[in-house]
Parts: sequence; structure tokens; C-alpha cells
Amino acid sequence: MTVCNSCRYCEGLCAVFPAMEMRRAFSDGDLNYLANLCHSCGACYVDCQFSPPHEFNVNVPKTLAVARAESYAAYAWPRALSGAFARNGLVISIVAALSMAAFILGFAALNDRGVLIGVHTGPGAFYKLMPHSAMAVLFSAAFLYAVVALVMSVRAFWHDIGAPIGGHADGGSIFQAIRDAGELRYLHGGGVGCYNEDDKPTDRRKLFHHLTFYGFLLCFAATSVATLYHYLLGREAPYPWWDLPVVLGTLGGVGLIAGPIGLLVAKSRRAPELLDENSYGMDVGFIAMLFLTGLTGMLVLILRETAAMGPLLALHLGAVFALFITMPYGKFVHGIYRFAALVRYAQERRSEAGS
Amino acid sequence: MGSKYDVLVIGGGNAALCAAISARRGGASVLVLEGAPKFYRGGNTRHTRNMRCAHDAATEILTGPYTEEEFWEDLLRVTGGQTDELLARHMIRESKDILNWIVEQGVRWQPSLGGTLSLGRTNSFFLGGGRAMLNALYLTAEQLGVEVEYDAEVTDLVIEDGMFLAARLKRPIKGETEMRATALVAAAGGFEANIEWLKQYWGEAADNFLIRGTPYNRGSILKMLLDKGVQEVGDPTQCHAVAIDARAPKFDGGIITRHDSVVFGIVVNKHAQRFYDEGEDIWPKRYAIWGRLVAAQPDQIAYIIFDSTVVSSFMPTLFPPIAGQTVAELAGKLGLDPAALEKTITEFNAAVRPGTFDHTILDDCRTEGVTPPKTHWARKIETPPYLAYPVRPGITFTYLGTRVNKEARMLMADGKPSANMFAAGEIMAGNVLGKGYAAGMGMTIGSVFGRIAGREAAKHARN
Repeated sequence: MTVCNSCRYCEGLCAVFPAMEMRRAFSDGDLNYLANLCHSCGACYVDCQFSPPHEFNVNVPKTLAVARAESYAAYAWPRALSGAFARNGLVISIVAALSMAAFILGFAALNDRGVLIGVHTGPGAFYKLMPHSAMAVLFSAAFLYAVVALVMSVRAFWHDIGAPIGGHADGGSIFQAIRDAGELRYLHGGGVGCYNEDDKPTDRRKLFHHLTFYGFLLCFAATSVATLYHYLLGREAPYPWWDLPVVLGTLGGVGLIAGPIGLLVAKSRRAPELLDENSYGMDVGFIAMLFLTGLTGMLVLILRETAAMGPLLALHLGAVFALFITMPYGKFVHGIYRFAALVRYAQERRSEAGS
Repeated sequence: MGSKYDVLVIGGGNAALCAAISARRGGASVLVLEGAPKFYRGGNTRHTRNMRCAHDAATEILTGPYTEEEFWEDLLRVTGGQTDELLARHMIRESKDILNWIVEQGVRWQPSLGGTLSLGRTNSFFLGGGRAMLNALYLTAEQLGVEVEYDAEVTDLVIEDGMFLAARLKRPIKGETEMRATALVAAAGGFEANIEWLKQYWGEAADNFLIRGTPYNRGSILKMLLDKGVQEVGDPTQCHAVAIDARAPKFDGGIITRHDSVVFGIVVNKHAQRFYDEGEDIWPKRYAIWGRLVAAQPDQIAYIIFDSTVVSSFMPTLFPPIAGQTVAELAGKLGLDPAALEKTITEFNAAVRPGTFDHTILDDCRTEGVTPPKTHWARKIETPPYLAYPVRPGITFTYLGTRVNKEARMLMADGKPSANMFAAGEIMAGNVLGKGYAAGMGMTIGSVFGRIAGREAAKHARN
């Protein structure tokens, strides 16, 4: 960091370096802020005259990747669960497996044998396996828990990084951050694209991240619309293929299948010197969970009029449930912290411009 | 015998790559021989960050116009007239188009960096710095079909009657070979990393010099060319030297070892004596004299001494200042005579006249009755902790080069242009820069003459 702050050649590449220049000394909170502001595009490594094998051995993407992973654990709520980040791949897999198994066994135990592998069609078909109210209560609880845990975590983070200005975020900064995050403004290597397996930049990771992220949002929207249908219009799932929840879910599902595959391939090819090898499990675990959610969801849609629907629905619900409850303890938090860091950066820029 | 190329480019920095790209765009087959390994490719371009180009109007990244005439006046001033006017004016004219041409080769600009705002009108900054610029040029060159060999050490040049025939080279894996080409572009830098050569002019003092840039600029190509009848240009005893941190590595410390704190304190030698007016002129203008001043001091070492009140006035430094609660304690840590340093500081403090400090102008804070005086920005050094940076001369580049004409074609000792040898970059910078320096000029020389050299070499090869 001292090398960076006395060099400053990289300041046009992304938000990290201008933010760094606003400080002469760095607290832990500052470091966590910079670490989460970094999108790991790799440009500052490839462009640095002091990166290894130079004796100054500057590797900003890796240093910040390690700090980032540590910050996730540091702000986890409740504190007792921060250990989940250490062996995250394992934790996520176990939770996912248990959750899926629980749904299968639950369906089997609570219903007649014939129901699980029976063919169900027409409105309310899914609820023959699990009553809608039970589904709603269970998933609302899981979702609410995730929201509470995330809010608590991000509050701690915000407090830690926001001290000099403190207080609340203004609307303009939030709007700026939404734009920066929405277009992944800083995942671009200063304009040419990310550095991946070699010194030729591409926008591949950005594309796959967009597919994943917007796929996720579409799926979430699909579920939300379906919930409104259910309670406001009294219309029960499954819906015909042309209906809004299915259209949204299908588009989102495609994104959630193609995006994670692309991200996984990109990750496996990426130059190892840019990465924090200890967070490999966490990264892959989260991508795999998203993929699994997308895949099982699509399979339910395609095979919903066959006998496979029951087991597939159990798998899908298991995947979604596991995704929800592990959200505050996995790679999902990267989006939340990075967004908070972007808001903070927008704030800093505005206060600098104003002063 | 190796295969034959139209144009052989020796060197791997800005000038070499501009030449290679321009020759390739001119239809020539091109081989670039870079003596350094891939990571260290690009010579001193790795450590640069901006280029000075003339422009008639403000642009997205430049805050105002910088006319050809103004550029010329700046050049005249820094060189004290030691320049080739015809060549220099030609370069300045061509520099206007370089702003766009270099972008077409994949290089990106950004607005002036924080801390260098004084250059916002005249100089264009590379987004991501010099290595980013190099990465872009190499990528473009390779996409165009330019071949590049790294670790390719040229051991000899076969030149007959001013005509280049072949280069002999040694490579770690593929062994020795001879590479023939129809035309040569020499863009292999100066000799600042060749301590033995520097000693010819500086004596044993050169052992204490630090080399700010690449360790690969040993001047071997320059020497071969001069030995084989190319006319030399520039003062061989001149080099661009600034004061850099004495704790910096011998080579390649780059930008971050510099100190811009001289104006905020005093500078003493190993006998704890001041030796030059620290407040002579606005900092960027005086930046480059301190290397030579320190080089002239015993053991080529000096210490910038200041106190805790000014720490936040300049950029953070890689190496932290050495601190002492008393002047004597600081002297002890620096290995200076405590009594001598106390005396120097006491005398200096007593000589400081009251004034209004403003480091952005030639203010009225000066000394009276002390030799040498500090004519501006003189303030008492009296608030502990007392702080110091040890500094040594840091050599940036040398001025000795090969004489060229407007086509970047080398001139032979008898004044005749070479049939097929061209030069670009630091190796011929002495044509334009007889002495002195203005920020970003080295890159201008590299890009402008690189582009011309490549174009002319390709033209020659195709005929």
C-alpha cells in the first residue's frame, strides 16, 4: 500500500486507488473498505512495474482478495458463525445436501408414497407435495433470517469504514452506487476488460456475472410475482408457460445456468497469482449453489407434468432453502459489502467535489 | 543464418514498439529483439507515465492548448539552446498527431494525476502508467503480426559502409544466431545502467549512483553503432539525475524512490553542512539539479532534514523518514556529527526571516546571513520529532546518442545518411535534448521518432 500511495500510476484504473489517495495511513476499516471496493479485474497487477518478480513484490488484487475474505468473516452476524467462512465450500455443501435430503424425506414421510412420485397437474399441483402455507412460512423465515443477518453484518461494516464521514448515505450516492454496481463499472480493467488467464483482457467475466446476477434477480422477481398472484389474485402455481412468473423464471433460470458455468470456467483458468487460493471453496460453493438452484428450477419447469416433478421439486426447494440460509455466510455477501463500499466511495467523491 | 526480416527493431520500449507497429502497418515484416525478459520488457518506459505533445485546443484530458511555439520555447529554455532546431521543431509538429496515433495503437489516456496537476495542460497521462502503455503496444504489435523475442541479447552488429546487414544475438534457450534484415531500427536506450561506462566520466563516484530504471540499459547497441562509424551527438558526461532515497534498490526503484521534500527543509552533506540554496526555484523546475548536486558531495550522499510540521506537505514516501526527538538523536541515527548538525540547524534557524509561507509561489520566507542562503520557503526547523531522508543521485537517463536526421535516419561520422539504419528514443534523444529535461519529453521523442523510424525503415525495405 505504501508503494501504491507513493506511485499512483494506477489511479485512473478503478475506484480503489483514488480512495486510497484520500488517506495517508490505513486502519483495518480502511483496508476492508478498499478490499471490498476492489472488483478483482487484475489490471493493476498487469500494469504495475513493481509486481513480482520485482523485488517490491506488489500484488494488489491478491492482497485485497485475502483482506476481503477476512472481512467477510470479521463482520459475520452472529459472531459465532464467522467460522463458516473458513471452510466455506464444505459448509455450503453439507448444508445444501442436508437441506435437499430433508425436503425429500419430508415429502416422503408426510405424504403417501404415491404422492412423491405421482403425476400432478393443474393449479395447486405443487402444493399436493407441500402445502402452500407451510412453504410460505418456511421460506419466509429463512429469507427473513438471511436479511436480518446481512443487515447486522453490513451495519458493522458500514460503521467500520464510514467513521470519518459517518451517518447515513444520501440518495445521490446510493443511486450512483446502484449504477456502478449494476453495470459492474469497475470490473473492466480500466476500460479494456478483465485480466484472466494471460495479459489479453476480455469482458468475459463481466458478461457471465451479468447473466448470473440478473438471472438471480429475475428468479427472485418470478417468485415475488407468483406470491402476489397467489395472495392477491388467488391464482395458484403452476402457471402456464406464457405467464409472467414462468417467463421471468425461465429467463432467470437460463442466466443462472449459463452464468455460473461461465464464471466457473473463467475461475478455473484465471492466473493463480491474482487469486486468494483460500477462498476457492467459498467462491465455487456459491457459484455451484446458484447453478444448482437454476438447474433444478428449470428441470421442475420442464418435467413438471411427469412423475419426476416430486423429487425435483424437493431438490429445488432444498437448494433454494440452503441458498437462503447460507447467504450471510458465503460469497453472496460480496455483493452487499461491495455495494456498501461503492456507496461510501460515491459519498467520498461528492464530499471531495463539494469541498 | 537465421531468416531474414524487412525490419529488425532492437529494443523493446515505447520507441521500439512505435517503430515496430509503424513499420508493420507500412507493410514490412518485423522482428523485435528485446534484451530483457518478458516481465522487464520495455526499458525505462515501464517507469514513465506521461507524454508532452503540442495541441491547439483543450481535449478531454488536457486542460488547455499547448501550441507548437510554446513547446519550442519550453524546450529552448530547458536545454539552454543545446538542441537541433530543425529536428526539434519537426518533432514538435509531429507530436500533435501522436496524441491520436498512439490511441489508435491501443494506448489510453487519463486526466492528469493527483499531485501532478501542474502538468494537466501540457502532458497527457497514460491510463495505468507506462507499463499499461507498453502492454497495449505489445498487444497491438502482436495482433498485427510483429514478432517479438525476449531475452535476446545482441552481441554484434554487422555493418558495412554505413549499411546494416545483420545482428548476432545470443539467446538463453535457442542459442546464438545471426539475424539479417533489410533495415535496422535501433531503439535500445542509453547506457545509464552501465556503471563502468559512467565511471569514464564520473570516476569512482559512479559506484554510489543509483539507477532509477531498467538494469538492461547498458548501452551496448549505442557503443557498437558509435564504434562502427555512426556520428555521435550529445554530451557524454551528461545524464539526467535526481536525488532519490539512498535506501532504494540499486536498479529499477522507479518513481516511488524520489523525494519532493527538499523545499520544505534543508539539505546537508555527510559533514552536516548545507551546500546549496534549497529554495532557489519552484520545485518541478529544480527537481533535476539535486542529483548532480548530491553527486558532487563527498561519498555522494546527502540528507534532507525537516521537522514534524511539514510531513503532510508532500506525497507519502515508500521509505519512512528517519526520526529523532532531538537533533542530536537524529544525527546519531544518520551517522552525522551531532554537534555539527546542531550548529548548522541553529545557524539556519537564526537566519530565517519572518514571511508568509506559500510553496506554490516564490514566497518571501528567506534567510539572511547564512551561506548558502535559502531564498524561499525558509522556515525554522524546531518542532520535534526531527526527520530526515538520506538521498543519493538517481540516474534516469544519459544524453549521448547517435545523430539522426528528420527521417530518424542515422548519420555517419562523415555526415552522410546511413542507407538503412534508423534510431529512435533515448538512444538519439541527445539530438533534441542537449541538456536539461522537461517532464514527458522522453516519451515524445520515443513515440514521434519511433513512428518515423518505423515508417522510413518499411519504406526502405519495400523498395
